[in-house]
Amino acid sequence: MKIHEYQGKEILREFGVPTPRGVACFSVEEAVAAAQQLGGKIWVVKAQIHAGGRGKGGGVKVAKSLDEVRQYAGQILGMHLVTHQTGPEGQVVRRLLIEEGAQIVKEFYVGMVVDRASQRVALLASSEGGMEIEEVAKHSPEKIRTVRIDPVAGLTTEEATHTAHAIGIPDAANAEAVKVLQGLYRAFVEKDAMLAEINPLVLTADNRVLALDAKFNFDSNALYRRPEIVAYRDLDEEDPAEIEASKFELSYIQLDGDIGCLVNGAGLAMATMDIIKLYGGSPANFLDVGGGANKEKVTEAFKLMLKNPHLKAILVNIFGGIMKCDVIAEGVVAAAREVHLAVPLVVRLEGTNVELGKKILADSGLPIISGNDMADAAQKVVAAAKGAK
Amino acid sequence: MSILINKNTKVITQGMTGKVGQFHTFHCKQYANGAHCFVAGVNPKKAGEEFDGIPVYASVLDAKRATGATVSVIYVPPSGAAAAIDEAVEADLDLVICITEGIPVHDMLKTRYKMQGKRTLLIGPNCPGLITPDEIKIGIMPGHIHKKGRIGVVSRSGTLTYEAVGQLSALGYGQSSCVGIGGDPINGMKHIDVMRLFNDDPETDAVIMVGEIGGSDEEECARWIKANMQKPVVGFIAGVTAPEGKRMGHAGAIISGGQGGANEKLAVMEECGIHITRNPAEMGRTMQKILKI
Repeated sequence: MKIHEYQGKEILREFGVPTPRGVACFSVEEAVAAAQQLGGKIWVVKAQIHAGGRGKGGGVKVAKSLDEVRQYAGQILGMHLVTHQTGPEGQVVRRLLIEEGAQIVKEFYVGMVVDRASQRVALLASSEGGMEIEEVAKHSPEKIRTVRIDPVAGLTTEEATHTAHAIGIPDAANAEAVKVLQGLYRAFVEKDAMLAEINPLVLTADNRVLALDAKFNFDSNALYRRPEIVAYRDLDEEDPAEIEASKFELSYIQLDGDIGCLVNGAGLAMATMDIIKLYGGSPANFLDVGGGANKEKVTEAFKLMLKNPHLKAILVNIFGGIMKCDVIAEGVVAAAREVHLAVPLVVRLEGTNVELGKKILADSGLPIISGNDMADAAQKVVAAAKGAK
Repeated sequence: MSILINKNTKVITQGMTGKVGQFHTFHCKQYANGAHCFVAGVNPKKAGEEFDGIPVYASVLDAKRATGATVSVIYVPPSGAAAAIDEAVEADLDLVICITEGIPVHDMLKTRYKMQGKRTLLIGPNCPGLITPDEIKIGIMPGHIHKKGRIGVVSRSGTLTYEAVGQLSALGYGQSSCVGIGGDPINGMKHIDVMRLFNDDPETDAVIMVGEIGGSDEEECARWIKANMQKPVVGFIAGVTAPEGKRMGHAGAIISGGQGGANEKLAVMEECGIHITRNPAEMGRTMQKILKI
């Protein structure tokens, strides 16, 4: 689960990581009032959306007067901010962060991830702040320092001191940087984060170290014990179809093709998308109904897929293990009737109670196309989608 | 022969008395020699009781002492599942299979740390379990699609494993053992660990390896195969069409050297001599072609 920058900074401050002073705002008036309250002569007006790359898209502006704060806040609030992470339609800006300006001498990158290979939390740090770490990794990987952290000892002062020094933070600011790194690590562990980034971390003229940005992604499996993180959730930033799916414990991701897929299991769901592509079609979505699908879940899954205006055909691919094929078949028939299905439907069933399942589909009187195996089903649905054009 | 488990394996079920645990224990008991294999359950509140003829003990250690079991399977809900693994490791079992899906990553990081220097092997979490056909099934896979034979299967996915097994069985190729290692980022045995066992197993002739996007476990296994494996391996990776960055933070891929995409994995596997297929419906037939040569 992702949160906004201003929320991430609240968490960082809680763990002793200094940030510029700032106020979250929902209107132009609030933005101007916030700037007045913060004082000073320079403010930064920052669009709050979950996607990165906001600056390049015109979502971050430096204001040198209250009039400019008003002007920029008016421009940014409500804009469709397009970045490399939002897709071409962009994301509507509904919240702003008004911050005091900082005198920046140098920018750095620090981040925490869960490293699969070492099965530890890893600290990534680089002298190349402000750039995307993916770019740094590609072009100058030697500029990234990695520390794999011992979960019992935590990030030690020695490791943090070393890292800060290695990325070029001057000795006069080293103690501050150590506080930042250790605070970020504690926040990462104590809040069940999967990803935490401060990019850039800046050195100011008076040798202070500040988190100028904050990006967090939290483990959705741990949200049950982090109500304070759940409270940060902003549904406006999430895909409505994915929110709807999560209510029914369906895992759904919308794609740009025209063949809907309903599958049990994430691996098989991905493989189903792959085989559709292989036979010349294009998947409209990833949809894993999970292990405990019933009639209601299947119906909801159909409704979700049918909300996609590009949808031309549907492929149901089920390998029944725990899930019985007859239960799925009943769900498919009921769903097709309830939603008055008008696009071609190909169903491939395999596994537990497969014969019973196939009989239910055949006896339903619905124009369901039966797929004998995965390849046959994929070819049939691709042909059906093309025929529908 | 087989790897890790056989008809003489004695199994403790942690979380047996819950709804999921009861359901699957019933089916595992029904499969092949299951009635002799599933010898104990664990629930501190129900110690001394019996469930479906299986005695319940207060702890894994009690169950192990009373029955001589060396393996446990876990159906405990996510919030307590990592602690259940810890308990099995503390009891010095040979193998723990954790079926539970949805364990917080930070719990697993701590559990894996505690497992350092211990002898217990872990499969999963978030996995279907493992099966040696016609001998023993430990987990949630449908037993009837399997057939006894000489092909090993190792996979990160559940239903995609069934797909591979189903294709093999339909072509007449049985399996020595099938291992679902699970889809979580922090887990126990990796492809490479299972591949080593298949290489050493005299009754496994060839292996199907099924992977998916994320991490670099498949690449590591592929390099090991190139240097050490004496048996043919067929490989498939799911997720060629998966949108980038939807499931994992990009920074996670950096640390493993910019890897993680399906095409990159397939390229490394092919270069290492694995017989790859890009078609998930062709896993069985790809194996058939190799064995006929």
